[in-house]
Amino acid sequence: MKLGVKDELCSGCKICQTICSLTLFDVCNPKRSALKIVGHFPAPGRYEVVTCDQCGDCAEVCPVEAIKLENGVYKIDRDECTGCGACVDACPKGAMILWRGDDVPIKCTLCGACMEFCPRGALYDADKPSEQAGVA
Amino acid sequence: MLSGYAGRILDVDLGSKQFTVKPLPERLAREYLGGRGFVSRTLFDEIEPGADPLGPKNVLIMASGPLTGVFLPCSSKVEFGAKSPATGGYGDSNMGGHIGSELKYAGYDMIIIRGQSQSPCYLYIDDDRVEIKDASDLWGKGAIETETALKARLGDEFQIATIGVAGENLVKIACISHDFGRQAGRTGIGAVMGSKKLKAIAVHGTKGVPLADPAKVLEVGKNKFRALFAKPGFKEWTPYGTAGITDWVNEVGSFPTRNFSTGYLEGYEAINGKAVREKILVLDKGCFCCAIPCGKYSHTRVNGREAYVEGPEYETVALIGGNCMLSKVEEVAYANYVMDELGIDTISGGGVVAFAIECFERGIISESDLGRAVRFGDVDSVVHIANLVAKREGIGDVLAEGVRTASAKLGRGSEKFAMHVKGLEISGYEPRNTPAMLLAYMTCDVGAHHNRAWAITYDIAVGREKLEGKAAKVIELQHVRPVLDMVGACRFPWIEVGFELEHYPEIINAVTGFSHTWETLSAIGERVWNLNRCFNIREIPDFGRKYDYPPARIYEEDIPSGPTKGKHITLEQIEALLDEYYDLRGWTRDGKPKAEKLAALGLEEEARACGMV
Repeated sequence: MKLGVKDELCSGCKICQTICSLTLFDVCNPKRSALKIVGHFPAPGRYEVVTCDQCGDCAEVCPVEAIKLENGVYKIDRDECTGCGACVDACPKGAMILWRGDDVPIKCTLCGACMEFCPRGALYDADKPSEQAGVA
Repeated sequence: MLSGYAGRILDVDLGSKQFTVKPLPERLAREYLGGRGFVSRTLFDEIEPGADPLGPKNVLIMASGPLTGVFLPCSSKVEFGAKSPATGGYGDSNMGGHIGSELKYAGYDMIIIRGQSQSPCYLYIDDDRVEIKDASDLWGKGAIETETALKARLGDEFQIATIGVAGENLVKIACISHDFGRQAGRTGIGAVMGSKKLKAIAVHGTKGVPLADPAKVLEVGKNKFRALFAKPGFKEWTPYGTAGITDWVNEVGSFPTRNFSTGYLEGYEAINGKAVREKILVLDKGCFCCAIPCGKYSHTRVNGREAYVEGPEYETVALIGGNCMLSKVEEVAYANYVMDELGIDTISGGGVVAFAIECFERGIISESDLGRAVRFGDVDSVVHIANLVAKREGIGDVLAEGVRTASAKLGRGSEKFAMHVKGLEISGYEPRNTPAMLLAYMTCDVGAHHNRAWAITYDIAVGREKLEGKAAKVIELQHVRPVLDMVGACRFPWIEVGFELEHYPEIINAVTGFSHTWETLSAIGERVWNLNRCFNIREIPDFGRKYDYPPARIYEEDIPSGPTKGKHITLEQIEALLDEYYDLRGWTRDGKPKAEKLAALGLEEEARACGMV
């Protein structure tokens, strides 16, 4: 599974963020999710989808080695994380998400929920591009 | 502990600059659900009888529902409400976008705004931090301009609701704007915000929505999204959104054209949904958790001027396009942009502009009144009149009161073609040959608005000449459809894509833990309908049957062209429709709920307050 992104198809609905929060944390709170959507309005009129591509830069800078590679996915061990924020600064895509209620950043676990329910095909499995659900 | 509700109400007094946070009463949630239900109950309770809609005693409400902000199809809606400056009675208008969900995430189901600020201000909410901030530098700016400025100042994660200069100038067709193209357009709600010197509401929330059983909501949400994805309309309806219906409305001869003088626009194909998609579309833009985005964010060019604008959606195509007879989609979109920036509702805006042009054609208002000659089909005329209205310049000061008051001032027979009911301009369906749709306009609590009972499809399905069964259908729709406005869900999955109504009790119960069926939900719909009628009786001194009639054009003039040529409903037929409607509702023939009906709905005190017992 690989998280593919087509910004130009994003309608800004935040289904991805909402299902992410329910899947990762058992809460309904798009602010507590591992991706975000930034609007660029009124001009040029598009959304930017900020997602993790599992590049591993976060793991490289983590001073306590709390971010570990498991089956191609980097995951934060919250027991070891000190909340220093080095990974947040190092992430080239701005995809280590800080939520006001927690010191530990939120990172994509590549669970696939967002791509399964993106109605626009803006998020899709880049390994299986023909299976995207969206209309666009 | 309530589930699906933030559980708190923010109560702000702009006069004293004080605010309190109070718990959401469980009884309110159980008896009125949220959104429009909260607005209805709160306006009746909190507004002093006889309050001036533009004075400090009017109350502006912003209310979400239990589904707002939750992982479910199209759960974005938030309702604004106040005593309407347009009608003098009950007023509400809802919008989608992302500010209803944001309000829930900040920890509030509803905001109650009282009093009036001395100077321009905006309400700043960041979770528990609430401030009334200075907005002097934003006063006089357009709605889009203001949203852009506040996003730049506070960050993209803040959601903004704002007014344009029309709201500042207390124009009675002013809207509240959000998300660069979503509006709570109707009932002059923007003027209430302007009267409080409240330029904007900026909200940021990070708390999420409290749910008793999030795993169940996730499962139900997934199933409901899958059910929606499986509907043919999911792929077929979305590309054109609401404007896709332009063709059908013309084919059935009900497209408002030339100030509702006819029901068909020659050349409508140039301004339909296909034209929007092929000529000006930039992006399909959606509200919170919307899988079928109707927002057609666009870029338009007209005579060297250009603009980004969301839409035009169907109502704008109908009222600015058909009713003002613009012949190119680029022009409709440009006029849409102008009204959005000024902060004018495009439905009432199109109605007021078309009324003004007809008055000019008939010599009721002059070139010197207007500052120039105007004509149907001319985008510059539309833009010119919209500016006069928003700034209250010249004759614009009269037109800014809406067509009812304007025609009363202008006289000379203009009342006949002042296209409104109760002071609210008619929305996008010419109703002379659709009795159920007409009755829906006549009896709607806020005036001539389509969103309580979109009955035109029923007229076409069962026979448009027929009167039997129409009143019963309108009543059924008036109870069912507003329930979606109470829970915070958009109606389009149901109306446009065929997502069955049967899904909703399951959805509502999964979120709230209540045990609703459509029977119990419709009962709430009926309670709210009657409560709003009581509000109108209390607030409008001579309110009754006479407020439920359409303008004479509807029953005196034949439709002169198109598929419905030669048709019009008669006054006798209108009387029969009203009689049947009142009888079925348990109202007197003067349109007042009987005491026993109100008692059956648990509204005894309200019956007393309105002098009906």
